[in-house]
Amino acid sequence: MAVTIEIPTAFRRFTDGTPKLDCDAATVAEALRILTAQFPGLSRHVRDDQGQIRQFLNIYLNEEDIRFLGGEDCAVKAGDKVLLVPSIAGGCCSLQI
Amino acid sequence: MPEIYQLRCRECGKLWGNEPRSFCEECFSPLEVAYDYEALKSIAAKDKLAGRPFNMWRYAEFLPLPEGFSFPNAVGGTPLVASRHLAKNWGLGDLYFKNDAVCFPSLSFKDRVVATALAAARQFGFQTVGCSSTGNLANAVAAQSAQQGFDACVFIPADLEPAKILNTAVYGARIVRINGNYDHVNRLCAQVADRFQWGLVNVNLRPYYAEGSKTHGFEIAEQLGWRLPDNVVVPMAGGSLITKIAKAFRELVALGWVEDRPVKFFGAQATGCSPISSAVKRGLSRFEPQKPDTIARSLAIGNPADGPFAIKQIRESGGWAEDISDREIVQSIQLLAETEGIFAETAGGVTAGVTQKLVREGRIRSEETTVVCITGNGLKTTDALAAEYPATEAIAPKLEAFEAYLDLQLAASAAAGKT
Repeated sequence: MAVTIEIPTAFRRFTDGTPKLDCDAATVAEALRILTAQFPGLSRHVRDDQGQIRQFLNIYLNEEDIRFLGGEDCAVKAGDKVLLVPSIAGGCCSLQI
Repeated sequence: MPEIYQLRCRECGKLWGNEPRSFCEECFSPLEVAYDYEALKSIAAKDKLAGRPFNMWRYAEFLPLPEGFSFPNAVGGTPLVASRHLAKNWGLGDLYFKNDAVCFPSLSFKDRVVATALAAARQFGFQTVGCSSTGNLANAVAAQSAQQGFDACVFIPADLEPAKILNTAVYGARIVRINGNYDHVNRLCAQVADRFQWGLVNVNLRPYYAEGSKTHGFEIAEQLGWRLPDNVVVPMAGGSLITKIAKAFRELVALGWVEDRPVKFFGAQATGCSPISSAVKRGLSRFEPQKPDTIARSLAIGNPADGPFAIKQIRESGGWAEDISDREIVQSIQLLAETEGIFAETAGGVTAGVTQKLVREGRIRSEETTVVCITGNGLKTTDALAAEYPATEAIAPKLEAFEAYLDLQLAASAAAGKT
């Protein structure tokens, strides 16, 4: 299935400036695998050491957060868009001097 | 005052200087404002505060304000109200309400965060500022933009309370209503910030914005006589405020302005949108996002950006998180108004109701000092209460009509007493 992965500006330094990637995938997970295979520099930013999608990275399939669709194994169909959006958090649990 | 602060990545520690940026491009983790505390110690002094007005700018040294910053208006400086009645009813010795329902200029604690965000917006040369908002933030951005001459463009869920929309529109701000919930709006704003050169206060200015919340904590400590409370009960939407009050307390301890003591942080949510409290109660470090369904719209963030930090803060402090139903929220708004004379918005009902629940659960004890954070004004969410107060029948402007009215009321009271 041809789906489009949209890549935010901040991520494009790892994709040689490429703003989107069309790929054939059956699930969001597969689409992410194709993305990170093509742009290996993105891998550690998409997944943590345990292989989970990073806590501060939100992934949407069209309009919906994939966590509401059963997670990254949710199926995709032709024409779908996968969006990567960094979570915007302030943070603060330390007082480093 | 030279800049003694800059952005630092929470995860990898990379320093980014000062620029409109909310996440680290090395590891995509959130940024926060980090200070040179040795330099801060040399410029901040408690006795300097004596000559300053009681508003958030009295803590200027602790805030990310550019050199030569001139204070544009009075923000914050809200009352810490000692409870007279609820403390007694709940069996507590020392109970206070930090009342940001009367924060200026727009009657919510969001005035504080917008104040520091607009200082950054000015520094970075933005003319257009904006935000994604559940209402209060849009009010604050619109009001302070009008004061300071910024163009404001705010993004809100289409179904917000009419009062919150009107309270933004009146300042001349452009309002973009989005068919979706806050989380949809927030995602769009992340994309807007990526595309346009705008200063979105809770997106690309977020680290500076979040620092404004600390002043809520500074004021609590100062109003308690430079002392930290045992417990703080904080409403949670995105989860930022609870962590910033904690940061404020840590900074005061680091500078020796208050004695160090353990402070338990308690988070309050509505059951209809409780990703953070659910995670705390289930012992999880990662929350599961929810689809909000609650009258507490200002807390209706199902995917709270600072959720993981809030969970960590609550857990490490030995605190807890709770949530209450919409019915309990309404009852708690009424209780707070009837006993303390504070008319809070739905989020304040959440905080008051959760405090009551925590007392019943034995998590807040009688000998402790407890501060409950009220963050918004009830006049903004009157829709939530309208059904509680149906209009009464009008009477003629005559004494006999009033006497007849009294007789009727007394009879009704007597009948109610018998049932």
